[in-house]
Amino acid sequence: MQITLTLNDKKLTADVAPDTLLIDFVRSHGCLSVKRGCETSNCGLCTVFLDDKPVLSCSVLAARADGHKVTTLEGLQDEAAEFGAFIADQGAEQCGFCNPGFIMNALALFREKEYPTDEEIKEYLSGNLCRCSGYEGQLRGIRNFLAWKKAKKETAE
Amino acid sequence: MNTVNKPFRKKDAMQLVTGQPVYMDDLVPADCLIVKLLRSPHANAIVKSINTAVAKKVPGIEAIFTWEDVPQDARRYTQAGQTYPEASPYDRLLIDRHVRFVGDVVAIVAGKDDKCVDKALKMIKVEYEVLEPVLDYHTAKDNPILVHPEDNWESLCPVGGDNKRNLCAHDECGSGDIDAVLADCDVVIDHVYHTKACQQAMMETFRTYCSIDLYGRLNVLSSTQIVFHARRIIANALHIPKSMVRVTKPRIGGGFGAKQTAVCEVYPAFVTWKTRKPSKLIFTREESQIASTPRHEMEIHLRLGANKDGRIRGLDLYTLSNTGAYGEHGPTTVGLSGHKSIPLYSNAEAFRFTYDVVYTNHMSAGAYRGYGATQGLFAVESAVNELAAKLHMDPFKIREMNIVHEGDVMPAYYGAVNTSCTLDRCLAKVHEMINWNEKYPRRDMGNGKIRAVGMGMAMQGSGISGMDVGSATLKVNDEGFYTLLIGAADMGTGCDTTLAQIAAEVLECGLDNITVFGADTDTSPYDSGSYASSTTYITGKAVEKCALKLRSQICKLGAQLLDCSENDVEFDGKTVFTSADPSKSVSLGDIATASMFGHDIPLEVTETHMSPLSPPPYMVGAAEVEVDTETGEVKLLEFDACVDCGTPINPNLTRVQAEGGILQGIGMTLTENVTYDQRGWPMENSLMQYKIPTRVDVGKVRVEFENSYEPNGPFGAKSIGEVVINTPLPAISDAIYNAIGTRFYELPITPEKIAMAVAEKEGAV
Amino acid sequence: MMTIREYKRAESLEEAWQLNQKRPNRVLGGMIWLKMENINVGTAIDLSGLGLDTIEETDEGFSIGAMVTLRQLELHPGLAAYTDGAVRESVRHIVGVQLRNLATVGGSIYSRFGFSDVLTMFLALNASVELYKGGVVPLAEYAQRPYDRDILVRVLVPKEHSRFVYQSVRNSQTDFPVLTCAAAKLADGSIRAAIGARPGKAVLYTAAPEAGETAEKFAARFAAEVKADIKTESNLRGGAEYRRHLAGVLTKRAVCRLEG
Repeated sequence: MQITLTLNDKKLTADVAPDTLLIDFVRSHGCLSVKRGCETSNCGLCTVFLDDKPVLSCSVLAARADGHKVTTLEGLQDEAAEFGAFIADQGAEQCGFCNPGFIMNALALFREKEYPTDEEIKEYLSGNLCRCSGYEGQLRGIRNFLAWKKAKKETAE
Repeated sequence: MNTVNKPFRKKDAMQLVTGQPVYMDDLVPADCLIVKLLRSPHANAIVKSINTAVAKKVPGIEAIFTWEDVPQDARRYTQAGQTYPEASPYDRLLIDRHVRFVGDVVAIVAGKDDKCVDKALKMIKVEYEVLEPVLDYHTAKDNPILVHPEDNWESLCPVGGDNKRNLCAHDECGSGDIDAVLADCDVVIDHVYHTKACQQAMMETFRTYCSIDLYGRLNVLSSTQIVFHARRIIANALHIPKSMVRVTKPRIGGGFGAKQTAVCEVYPAFVTWKTRKPSKLIFTREESQIASTPRHEMEIHLRLGANKDGRIRGLDLYTLSNTGAYGEHGPTTVGLSGHKSIPLYSNAEAFRFTYDVVYTNHMSAGAYRGYGATQGLFAVESAVNELAAKLHMDPFKIREMNIVHEGDVMPAYYGAVNTSCTLDRCLAKVHEMINWNEKYPRRDMGNGKIRAVGMGMAMQGSGISGMDVGSATLKVNDEGFYTLLIGAADMGTGCDTTLAQIAAEVLECGLDNITVFGADTDTSPYDSGSYASSTTYITGKAVEKCALKLRSQICKLGAQLLDCSENDVEFDGKTVFTSADPSKSVSLGDIATASMFGHDIPLEVTETHMSPLSPPPYMVGAAEVEVDTETGEVKLLEFDACVDCGTPINPNLTRVQAEGGILQGIGMTLTENVTYDQRGWPMENSLMQYKIPTRVDVGKVRVEFENSYEPNGPFGAKSIGEVVINTPLPAISDAIYNAIGTRFYELPITPEKIAMAVAEKEGAV
Repeated sequence: MMTIREYKRAESLEEAWQLNQKRPNRVLGGMIWLKMENINVGTAIDLSGLGLDTIEETDEGFSIGAMVTLRQLELHPGLAAYTDGAVRESVRHIVGVQLRNLATVGGSIYSRFGFSDVLTMFLALNASVELYKGGVVPLAEYAQRPYDRDILVRVLVPKEHSRFVYQSVRNSQTDFPVLTCAAAKLADGSIRAAIGARPGKAVLYTAAPEAGETAEKFAARFAAEVKADIKTESNLRGGAEYRRHLAGVLTKRAVCRLEG
């Protein structure tokens, strides 16, 4: 079947099988940041935005994205680099395999809530597993990023 | 120091956080053959017949291989990534007619896409002769049912194994008269401690891509910690010359020891070797959970004797280790359960350490961060905590009385001298960090909630003494930038960066002036691989030696250009100049250019390092928990730890190693369980059932360092990667004991166990 | 492994219903469970084009479309106000935001899984389901029905002048529950408690305080009644005895919180 969607701001028409999962679709269209870590919707590695909401691309049919907007980390490179630098400054990226999903969901959090508390951060990101970092370094990186963002905004005002 | 002990960003950090395609499945051609495995539904069975004719007719299927394609009387092999001759027995065939655990490989299917391969897998008809399995490891030794009855089972090393007894390894050692000492002790703590076959659960599952290169050789791109061992393992499994195999690794998505075993490499290798076509195998998470290489389940019977004053006098430790269906890392992990726990109390008068490693029809165990030390330290540290409670002593005080110090001889650590140790300072630091005096042992918060604290200590090694080999090659390129070639594998740990930091320190250059490449069996200098906490200490020292030698080569060529003797020049990282007159100089860039134009002094050096010692890093950890005594739920409020890893080469990365290891230890203590049903089916077969900690499961984790200086390590460094997983087990267990007064000897400690223990005490059940 | 032969975004409930009468066809919810099944689906019927993704609040109650996500439930201010945050508490442990942005109320309620936090919560809310052909059916009844081929259109929650509390015990924070307990204190002073993840489907209990009975005594009595009656079983997450014990603890705590 044919679907038309907006992938990272580009309109795209493609033939897909009815059971093609969105993760496989976006990977086959060059969005290799999107990773698969499980088959049971538990790990968060495959997080993409569907109409700007973070979802697990392993659990969505590509067909369901027909007529919708899909965003992966490939479409958010500037934001990823800006925020990711704070993770890198903690050494918390470690093996990196969970990073794209984690960073996608963190960016979703920042869009929903400008300055989340530690508890809000943890709860929002609870569906993003990481086996390397122990999460503490990621939290430090997020806190530092938020502080930097706040300072930048205050300076601008 | 300019570069060492500085928190540099990892060299690959920005590539990783922006999601660049650097992992195996991001790099391989989309149209390669898809390989999947048909796995046994039986824990112990013989494949009576297997019919692949119909499955082979599925459009798109390229090949299906079964035991009939693998000579059953040929030499067996091990998938353990260890130095040859491996301690692990040669007990595998690539496909064995005798399947020995639920998940053992019955057939390999290769086809053009997932769909056709999935279809073909369903169409293979297998008739099994189902045999009774050995599922209880207590009954494995000398059981009439043999996991490996075959005659071509082979043990290359004298580890005490005997396949006709289901025995993978056995040993006994000791010092002093342990029975007499224990008989003379005022108190003997005597218990059996049980830890499960926990999974590394790295986020990237096992995966390998294979192709045939220009020279007709098998090229293997694998997510592995051990490229050189993998080359041998693949050649052994396929019975082809090692010269025909090349193994490289891309960025690895985590390993933690899992990828120290060639769990998946041989299958696509076989497909590509036979079909001459590129192929890839990516394990599902389920396969990574049920047919991989988890921690060895161990049961440790410990008798620990002490005097009333708290002086620990003797430890008698018997470990029963379950290696599962195959012996990968079986004979070696078990050793650490004693050799890396007993030495914490090296002032004891006597010790005895005995073990059996048995075969069962569970999935094969393997290497997981901590490698047996984790299991042993849970037993020993729990026993010392129990001793403290029994003697009404503070657990910190009893440690202060008994711990090993720098300069002590450690009889249970092969008689080695403790060359660097700040364990005493780590104790003091953690005591302060957690505010022990205020919190110990418990505080009743009302509403059935009790807060309590507990602690534990740990040690590990730094590489395998007298065995592990690390190497580095450094070369000077155009304009004077350096390339560092290594055979160690950065699996997220950051060794590409930390090793470059060591080189930059010696070469007095910026970190950006060094590029790193690893690992490739064709081009990297030999390295045992990244395991056994060896990379910083062993390969790091090789890098230091290599950089020093390269400096002298730079000076040699610089002197030639300056027309003087190399003894008369110095190098400051930028220029070579004469000591007498520093204005007479030549820049590194010009030296680099000269090395490629009309000169024959090589600016390329390879150095290798081996260490007769394995200096232990040390750690102390303390946990504060809040227990809901009615529901049994445990909140880990805080975990404080202090590590002695010698000089941290990169303090950011050592900290994150520690935090990550602690979290894995927390998971092992509280939630990560592995159980089998009566048929031998593993129950925790997904991340839905096997619960690794999420970020809402833990409170604060804080890590500090008390640096010793290890004279044998690069710039005083020891290891960090493994020691960090060990302390949560005894610390959290003891905190729970302090909360409810019941001590648990088996992990994980679930809410059910806690609530039922409390209810039983209160007579409420 | 799941396969799907055809995908159809239904243009009307009638079309969805017609398609759903054929055996290999399936209605898509959030796909979390369907994707994990080893199943060959004929036509996957997608209801996402039917405007069933809104929560409507009136003075009488809430009408929740089948395609409303668990995340929408979690964030809905009206539901939060009416249930004292109980609805948010009932879903916030379910894996993560990304999953809750997919999982639907319709999928959760239709599936009627034993471990379902959502089912437990909505039973305590005295909810009903609106079926395309079958009309409005109380959830307590629907929960006991076998799976059929009707289309679940909406979940209806009446406003009852009640107060609510939701509790669950989990081995880890985002795991399935070992036991769930949603309770309501009704206008007449009685308590309605739904206990789920036994691990069987949630069941309802009601009790009212006796004259002169203190909150504590009432809590203990109700807890003892539930504990004595409830049928529990063992699975990976906990044993039957532990679940029975928890049923008592959570019932007692629910009463204490609602009476306090």
